[in-house]
Amino acid sequence: MKKVITLQIDDKEVKAEEGKTILEAAQHAGMEIPTLCWYEGLEPYGACRFCSVEIEKKGRSQVVASCCYPTEEGLKVKTRSPKIVKIRKTILELAATSAGEDVSSKMRALACEYNADLSRFRSNAPLPPTKCILCGLCVRRCIEANWESAIGFIGRGIYRCIALFPEKAGLCSTCSYCRDVCPTGRTCSTFGPRPPFPRVNDVLAGRK
Amino acid sequence: MKEVKRISSPEDLKKLRQEIRAKKDSSKPIISICVGTGCIALGATKILKDIKDEIKKSGLEGKVDVRETGCLGICEQGPMLIIYPEEIPYFKVKPEDVSEIISKTIIEGQLVERLLYKDPETGEVAKEIGEIPFYKHQLRLLLGNNANINPKNIEDYIEIGGYSALAKAVFQMTPDQVLEEVKRSNLRGRGGGGFPTGIKWETTRNALGEPKYVIVNCDQGDPGAFMDRALMEGNPHSVLEGLIIGAYAIGANQGFVYVREEYPLAAESISTAITQAEEYGLLGENIMGSCFSFSVRVHRGAGAFVSGESSALMTAIEGKVGEPRPKYVHTAVKGIWDKPSCLNNDKTWATIPLIILKGAEWFRNIGTKDSSGTMIFSLVGKVNNTGLVEVPMGITLRDLIFKIGGGIRDGKKFKAVQTGGPSGGFIPEQYLDIPVDFDELVKIGSMMGSGGMVVMDEDTCMVDVARYFVDFLLEESCGKCIPCREGLRVLSSILSDICAGKGKIEDIQTTEEIAETMRETLLCALGRTAANPILTSLKYFRDEWEQHIIEKRCPANACKALIDFYINPEKCQACLLCLKECPAGAIQGDKDKVHWIDQEKCIKCGTCYEICNFHAVKKLSGEAIPPPPEGMKPIRKLKGEN
Repeated sequence: MKKVITLQIDDKEVKAEEGKTILEAAQHAGMEIPTLCWYEGLEPYGACRFCSVEIEKKGRSQVVASCCYPTEEGLKVKTRSPKIVKIRKTILELAATSAGEDVSSKMRALACEYNADLSRFRSNAPLPPTKCILCGLCVRRCIEANWESAIGFIGRGIYRCIALFPEKAGLCSTCSYCRDVCPTGRTCSTFGPRPPFPRVNDVLAGRK
Repeated sequence: MKEVKRISSPEDLKKLRQEIRAKKDSSKPIISICVGTGCIALGATKILKDIKDEIKKSGLEGKVDVRETGCLGICEQGPMLIIYPEEIPYFKVKPEDVSEIISKTIIEGQLVERLLYKDPETGEVAKEIGEIPFYKHQLRLLLGNNANINPKNIEDYIEIGGYSALAKAVFQMTPDQVLEEVKRSNLRGRGGGGFPTGIKWETTRNALGEPKYVIVNCDQGDPGAFMDRALMEGNPHSVLEGLIIGAYAIGANQGFVYVREEYPLAAESISTAITQAEEYGLLGENIMGSCFSFSVRVHRGAGAFVSGESSALMTAIEGKVGEPRPKYVHTAVKGIWDKPSCLNNDKTWATIPLIILKGAEWFRNIGTKDSSGTMIFSLVGKVNNTGLVEVPMGITLRDLIFKIGGGIRDGKKFKAVQTGGPSGGFIPEQYLDIPVDFDELVKIGSMMGSGGMVVMDEDTCMVDVARYFVDFLLEESCGKCIPCREGLRVLSSILSDICAGKGKIEDIQTTEEIAETMRETLLCALGRTAANPILTSLKYFRDEWEQHIIEKRCPANACKALIDFYINPEKCQACLLCLKECPAGAIQGDKDKVHWIDQEKCIKCGTCYEICNFHAVKKLSGEAIPPPPEGMKPIRKLKGEN
């Protein structure tokens, strides 16, 4: 049997199995930490940093991504401190920089909750909205559905985007799994993989 | 091919060293010529060939040795060479100087005065390498041997005592004793983080999982920093020896050397070193006849700044895209293929043999209490002597920049120094007297990083330079995390606007907000420190930001959109030079007629400013441009006229 440890999340004592992440421990205790790139059953990816929480360790406070940080005995976690609320607001606004305001209802609801202005930084990205926040869920879900991914990331930094690999297009079984997990509500799995292959980003943005 | 005798015991190594030394005649002159990347770029290859030809021509073959070495430090003055045994340094050597060097110095024993280093202030000439102020204040523990060895010849390294630390570690010490010695030495990681090396080793040693790996990080990608490269090019065996000792202490049998693809010479150098060490029995199965075996592979990484981060580097070695891993588990415990992996910078590894040979106490006596040993800085930017500088920790920035660096170029005023590469902070003049070590730099918002040191003078605009580094990081960010990818995109756009005179006052607050979010939340050190240049620029030079935004002027006259070029009619000698050179045809005037710049046509390239011999072209920022002289093309006042 695994060792059970006790930690404190928002002043509530929570028990968790050793090796679980803060996020899992909180969910197990019925507490909610909002996420964008996390999905139950998939490996945590830690790209959106939206699930950031404040932890206190050795008297020092630190911000960590709760989806990746392992629980520790006696750890004190704050999931909604003023600092965290401010960080989440900024992250939502930044996420919408290239994705645009027209995202899923989940993101819009979060924007309302955190008082985020999704159009705040739009003028700083001169491109048409991509509707994609590059959370990687579709890529990860595809790998787990097909054992190999028909889609993946290409490019670096601001040129990063998701693409369908033409040589692996045969793998795509139009299973729609990628669409099910997309937090912005847009993926391309209804497209048949016929050349010329569309770039997922273009599909997401409704560009032909 | 030369028959190589495998070294199968420490005595063999000693014997080999004696043989090598006995073969050498200490009175025989040696010409050490730097063929490091910097000097090659300045033409050292041609000079090397000329020297060899000249020796042949003068019938001195066999009487003079030519040694091709790695970087000798003062890259500004290259191509350089040192003539032993007198240690005569010659700088800025040109192919036409070669015959004189041979005939005068080698044959007649006289100096070629014009090639010696002349102190720009006192005018004193340095006849020996140690007399040069650049070298006088340094303590070159790691780089010093570059002048004494040919990096492609293992016997040179053995001659100066190489691999005796390995012999000592493997035959006289247990792995625990080696580990203890390193821990006691207080050595901290030279790659930038400053994590205690001994503790890192211990973590890997005690971590569950086999096999264990040791890795050399030579992926330095900071603009203006090149010490990892110089060390790897100039003295690869010292890195290799340290790595083997580390593997022995940690219990690893496989090592990797990660060299970026853009460093072809470094990769070649370490590959040759590995092959030679294997031939001599210093690497591979049963090292020096002991029961310890260890092999090393070179991994050439496709240049990505982020791959310098430990977990990204390990993912790259695994053959994947170099991206940092999200897990909060130390790579020392779970690294390459989830096996315990100990990664250190090449400077850290190269320090290990010194600690083993001379002891932890000796090492701890160098430097400060919490940061022992020496640190290599690449001193670049607006200083007189640019190059690689190795000094004990705790030296002040002022000594580094003014004593060793020789002060600011062209007598300009010092403005700031940036330490630690693109994600380090700017340090203003008031902190010049702080001692340089890992902790002090962090206190004032910068960091040691891997030792980059970019000096800026009064002509540098602190907003513009912050923009430059943000753009660099924007290019290098892997793009995985939202706050880094989008944050840098927004920051870059805001900073470009400010430099273009389109800034708004609330931009400062927005910038701070994004910078703080990045610093708090991001996954890797690249992202977390990416905001340092902006935060320190705002902290120490806020007035410059406000001048850009409110007054729409650039106090350093650097931001092109905010300056205008103007010809002072009092100083213009109507020489037609700028008029002819202006690529936009924006300068009007004629012979004996004062020139003026048509602001509508001017593309602000600065050509006229650069070439004017009379300093008549001025940069104006935030001032109204005086109207063109009356009548558009007035005749210049001739001498004697009123």
